[in-house]
Amino acid sequence: MEQPIYLLLENGEWFEGKSFGAQPANSGISGEVVFTTAMTGYLETLTDPSYCGQIVVQTFPLIGNYGIIPEDFESRHPRLAAYVVKEWCRVPSNFRGKGDLDAFLKEKGIPGLYGIDTRALTRRLRDHGSMNGLLTLTPPPYSEEIIQSLRDIRQESPVPLVTRREPERFGEGKTHIVLWDFGAKQNLIRELLRRSCRVTAVPSFYTVEQILALHPQGVLLSNGPGDPAANTAIIQETANLFEAKIPMMGVCLGHQLMALARGAQTEKLPFGHRGANQPVKDKETGRVSITSQNHGYTVRPDSLPDCASLRFLNCNDGTCEGIVYRDAPAFSVQFHPEACAGPHDTAYLFDDFLKLVHHSESEGSPCR
Amino acid sequence: MPLKQHLKKVLVVGSGPIVIGQAAEFDYAGTQACRALREEGLNVVLVNSNPATIMTDGAIADEVYVEPLTLPSLREIIRREKPDGLLSTLGGQTGLTLSMQLAREGFLQEQGVELLGAKLETIEKAEDRELFKETMESIGEPVIPSRVVTEVEDALSFAEFISYPVIVRPAFTLGGTGGGIAGNEKELSEIAANGLRLSPIHQILVEKCVSGWKEIEFEVMRDGAGNVITVCSMENLDPVGIHTGDSIVAAPALTLADREYQMLRTAALNIISSLGIEGGCNCQFALDPESFRYAVIEVNPRVSRSSALASKATGYPIARVAAKIAVGLTLDEIPNEITGKTAACFEPALDYVVVKFPKWPFDKFIYGCRRLGTQMKATGEVMAIGRSFEQAMMKAVRGAELSLDTLAMPKLASLTEEELKKKIRAQDDERIFAVYESLRRGTPIGELHRQTKIDEWFLAKLWNLAAMERALRDEPLTEELYRAAKLLGFPDSAVRRLSGQEPPLALPASCKMVDTCGAEFEAETPYFYSSPGEEDEALPFLKRKASGKPVVLVFGSGPIRIGQGIEFDYASVYCVMALKRAGYEVAIVNNNPETVSTDFNTADRLYFDPLTAEDALRIVELEKPVGVVVAFGGQTAIKLTKPLAAAGVPILGTQPDGIDLAEDRGRFDALLEELGISRPAGRSVLTEQEALQAAHELGYPVLMRPSYVLGGQNMIIAFTDNDIREYMNVILTANPDADVLIDKYLMGTEVEVDAVCDGEDVLIPGIMEHIERAGIHSGDSIAVYPAWNLSEDLTRQLVDFSKKLALALGVKGLVNIQYVIHEGKIYVIEANPRSSRTIPYISKVTGIPLVELAVRAMLGEKLSQMGYGTGLAAPAAYHAVKVPVFSFEKLGGVDTQLGPEMKSTGEVLGIAPTMEEALYKGLIAAGYRIETSKGLLVTVRDSDKGEIAPIAAAFAALGFPLYATQGTASVLREAGLTVETVQKIHEAKENTMTLLESGKIGCILSTSAKGRIPARDSVKIRRKAVELGIPCLTALDTAAALASILGRNFREEDLVPVDIAKILPAKKR
Repeated sequence: MEQPIYLLLENGEWFEGKSFGAQPANSGISGEVVFTTAMTGYLETLTDPSYCGQIVVQTFPLIGNYGIIPEDFESRHPRLAAYVVKEWCRVPSNFRGKGDLDAFLKEKGIPGLYGIDTRALTRRLRDHGSMNGLLTLTPPPYSEEIIQSLRDIRQESPVPLVTRREPERFGEGKTHIVLWDFGAKQNLIRELLRRSCRVTAVPSFYTVEQILALHPQGVLLSNGPGDPAANTAIIQETANLFEAKIPMMGVCLGHQLMALARGAQTEKLPFGHRGANQPVKDKETGRVSITSQNHGYTVRPDSLPDCASLRFLNCNDGTCEGIVYRDAPAFSVQFHPEACAGPHDTAYLFDDFLKLVHHSESEGSPCR
Repeated sequence: MPLKQHLKKVLVVGSGPIVIGQAAEFDYAGTQACRALREEGLNVVLVNSNPATIMTDGAIADEVYVEPLTLPSLREIIRREKPDGLLSTLGGQTGLTLSMQLAREGFLQEQGVELLGAKLETIEKAEDRELFKETMESIGEPVIPSRVVTEVEDALSFAEFISYPVIVRPAFTLGGTGGGIAGNEKELSEIAANGLRLSPIHQILVEKCVSGWKEIEFEVMRDGAGNVITVCSMENLDPVGIHTGDSIVAAPALTLADREYQMLRTAALNIISSLGIEGGCNCQFALDPESFRYAVIEVNPRVSRSSALASKATGYPIARVAAKIAVGLTLDEIPNEITGKTAACFEPALDYVVVKFPKWPFDKFIYGCRRLGTQMKATGEVMAIGRSFEQAMMKAVRGAELSLDTLAMPKLASLTEEELKKKIRAQDDERIFAVYESLRRGTPIGELHRQTKIDEWFLAKLWNLAAMERALRDEPLTEELYRAAKLLGFPDSAVRRLSGQEPPLALPASCKMVDTCGAEFEAETPYFYSSPGEEDEALPFLKRKASGKPVVLVFGSGPIRIGQGIEFDYASVYCVMALKRAGYEVAIVNNNPETVSTDFNTADRLYFDPLTAEDALRIVELEKPVGVVVAFGGQTAIKLTKPLAAAGVPILGTQPDGIDLAEDRGRFDALLEELGISRPAGRSVLTEQEALQAAHELGYPVLMRPSYVLGGQNMIIAFTDNDIREYMNVILTANPDADVLIDKYLMGTEVEVDAVCDGEDVLIPGIMEHIERAGIHSGDSIAVYPAWNLSEDLTRQLVDFSKKLALALGVKGLVNIQYVIHEGKIYVIEANPRSSRTIPYISKVTGIPLVELAVRAMLGEKLSQMGYGTGLAAPAAYHAVKVPVFSFEKLGGVDTQLGPEMKSTGEVLGIAPTMEEALYKGLIAAGYRIETSKGLLVTVRDSDKGEIAPIAAAFAALGFPLYATQGTASVLREAGLTVETVQKIHEAKENTMTLLESGKIGCILSTSAKGRIPARDSVKIRRKAVELGIPCLTALDTAAALASILGRNFREEDLVPVDIAKILPAKKR
């Protein structure tokens, strides 16, 4: 019989489930508990570096159905703190599948919990807002100190934990794009390669000078984990990059960093947007697209500087989903046009980015 | 974009009678659409020939025409009503095809009517195989190698080229009628010839067979601005090769990695965009389980059965949104009813699993061909929602009313290994149970996968159920084991049976909400499903929303099947509406995804759960109703009476004792005796010997049936000892302890009465008389209102008997009583203290809202105060004739001869100022097309020979050349008729079959003493008639009525449509 394991929330509530994957350390493992509503794409979720340090709950009850498919990974290593599902699949089935979820989590050292009412947990998170949690083998009761200590957890900027250490080159295409890696998903690179790009992925701690020294034709600021405002040095560098008038595209954290660099502000959403079904309206065309999202913070529309205009809006809550900069060849989106997991409906934005790159080139970019 | 400004009045075309492939889902879709259009301030005109529908009511549309769905009839209605638009995409294939024809012939343009929902070009691109292929190729979507052919030879040469097996799909037929898989030249010759004949444009598609690939469906929507969304994905447990309507289907797709899922999702969105559909669309794909190869199987540019399922599976109202889009709104302008705050432009996220399970008619058609293939055979379906696949599957199976509460089918347990393998290979409606039985016996998943191509994922889930069954049997019933069993969907009844123990703990009733968003947003959807052992959301919702009104719980009628159709959904829905008006809060329980009753805003709360006693009591525990209603959900709901009453739940309306009194033969007989009312003499027997003795005492012919029947299930007329032996063998094999009833069969006139009773008075809206004499099930008879040849004395007696019976049974609400009048004397056949098949029809034609009155009577109001009078109501201004509609072309091997067992799947109504015109309308609406230039083939049983001459003479007078088999021919010749004798099949090379194939015959009259068994000559002739599309009458009375109507020379063009929304009740006599 599987070992009982507990998820304690910072409001003192706890859920008893069963352990799978790796066993947590004796002290347990803590992190912000977040939920995603995507019904497929658990592999992409597990390997999305943006989940760094978080305890991720899947609202869809059946997870692991198609086993482990390494070619669908978004990074080499899962970065999440722990994984919570209703049921994990013991007999997965897919022509590409290798092994099951339990073995994978064990191999990667990620503790898991299954067999709880994930919908009840999701409703707590929705009603209360994001909470920190502790996954532990220690049964209740839990002392007030432990609960208080959960409330006090403040995540350091996790970007340095997930960015690559060394620059890395991909592809031999004609257009040279630098991917500024804050925890980039692999599909950002795949989308660029699909469009005849040569990509140099650079660490988050790269300076503008280092980036420009690579002579890129455009810079893609990647997704990544954590509170965007905590990345003060990167925000400064981003501001410098704007000065260089080089074509820029930002995705998720990259989008937030660009906005912060131009003086806008970000704030935490009650429980974030995580899923593959978020409708986003393009104010320019009036068209609505279904997007993949994974973010806990958002750019405050009322804080945007004059040079920035709000292009995309979330249809559900009206939050900022994308910005176009009028004084620079730059735009950014909060959602994930690279999908994985999720709909590919906004992949056209990579085409837009490359158009912007080529347009700037013919205009004669000042940085060249 | 807002509402199209020029639209003021919109015509909605329904889908007509319920047939296999086109069932209640279009009543749901049409009703939702009508409401959606009226919300926009539009005047809605509705046409549908099906009187049992909810949509054909003044409460749903402004003008309602229950008229034949034919071009002349639609043209006339358009001329009268002058609508600005025609909504073509909500009425199934029937509505779409008619709309397309009206557009193509230029009539719509001439009348200034805009085709809404799908443009002509769109419909043609999706429906014409060749155009469809071209369109798909132009956007790079792969299709299966195929060719459209119009000749059998071309089919054969193309099949040679792409190699067998191949699939044949006829163009423009319902549910794949006439299609099939051919493994060789011989099979293809047959299937191709059949398909070509059934296709109205004489066209079939021959395509490479991809049987065994995964079958995945996407329901997508697009608005006029080009916004596209996916509402739901679905995966068929049964891979390609079995029609999706006959497949067990799960939602969302469960075995696809995100990459495969997104690949197909993107393809579906590309398809809907390229076709330019404004509304909903269903895309079916075949996906190679071993690669990313896929192919588009089919696209339906309209609301479909799958979209009804997707709507109920997600809570997203596809039909409603499609209707709004059709009149100009965009997805982001249409409010999302679920959250109340956001728009319809989003994709539902599920946090549960849905399983759909088909309901097949083979319990009635024991000689029908049960093999499943590309031709859909199911009459209906159930849906179940669970937090695990196993749980949903278990709920679906016990909700399908198969007398199963697990997947273990007792009769399969005795099969040998070899027999079981054969059963699995037979690919019939019980395959899933055979697969389960095989898993129980330890067959490895891999081996079953090889045999069936069912994905190992699904097989592993079934294996989990088998393992739990074993554990319950072999292990001590610990709390942990019990909880695990509940998560896998085992009801307590099964736990008790398997373990022999009581559950170790009582899990409180618990329900989850269907909210379209995986709990991401707070939703107020009153749509629940049970989830044992988890946090309950229903009770907090009830407390939060408490209106203070008393709560009533209504039980629906489950899946559509022969004998229990859409009319019970009509009754359930109007019951809910009446209860709400009477000041109650109403919750409904039902498990049929095709219906209006399972729209989450029909009642105040919807529980989507099986209609078993255990599941029902759980919901009672949550809702604590002041009473429950079982009288409107057919036999399914009635069956709940005893267990609910035993648990102390108050039953509203007729009390359990009254229901039992009507059902228990002994008690009912005693009651009739007391009341001085006769019934045909009868006995109850248990063995063949007793049956024979009883038959001899009563004298042949006798009527035989099991004691508790539904729609005349397993009922026959026996003429000889051999009939009795065959019948007892069939019945006792299926159920050795069955009580069999044997009654003297009286060949008289059958009349039917529906009445409302308040405990003191009755109101009878009218008496219906059947064209066919007793012996043909009332559901299969042509029923005429008002009765046309009852004497005043008989009428008075009928009213008197009906009142006596209603009062004696303690009816509070509706009662349906069937009588036979034999030699001037009235006999009662049966009385059912509940809503009946004829309630919607009689309500509509008389203008008396029977369901509402019944509900008010049930709540204690008196008829005398309701304003519709008591006793027999005065005749309405119109005559109405109900004509049954069959689905025989979908059901191979089924004898079409009508008898005491019901065979029709649906019905149409003809309404007109005279009975003859009404009958003509009804026959036209039912699809009778008699070619008077061709011959009539007559072959009748000996007992009919005395009456056949005048009927044949009537046809001869109309110009039909007569053909007859030997015995019949000599009778006709003696009567002075000219007739050509035809040899029986075994007698000569030139015989009845070759005559039918020659195309000389336009109509057949065939009766035989014996039938049913497909090898018999008479059955072969009737099956041949079905295949060739030749009308075949199997009752002399029907033939006589038809001849008299043909003699009236009615013309379809001259018929006057009747707006039934304007019918007012006649004044009390």
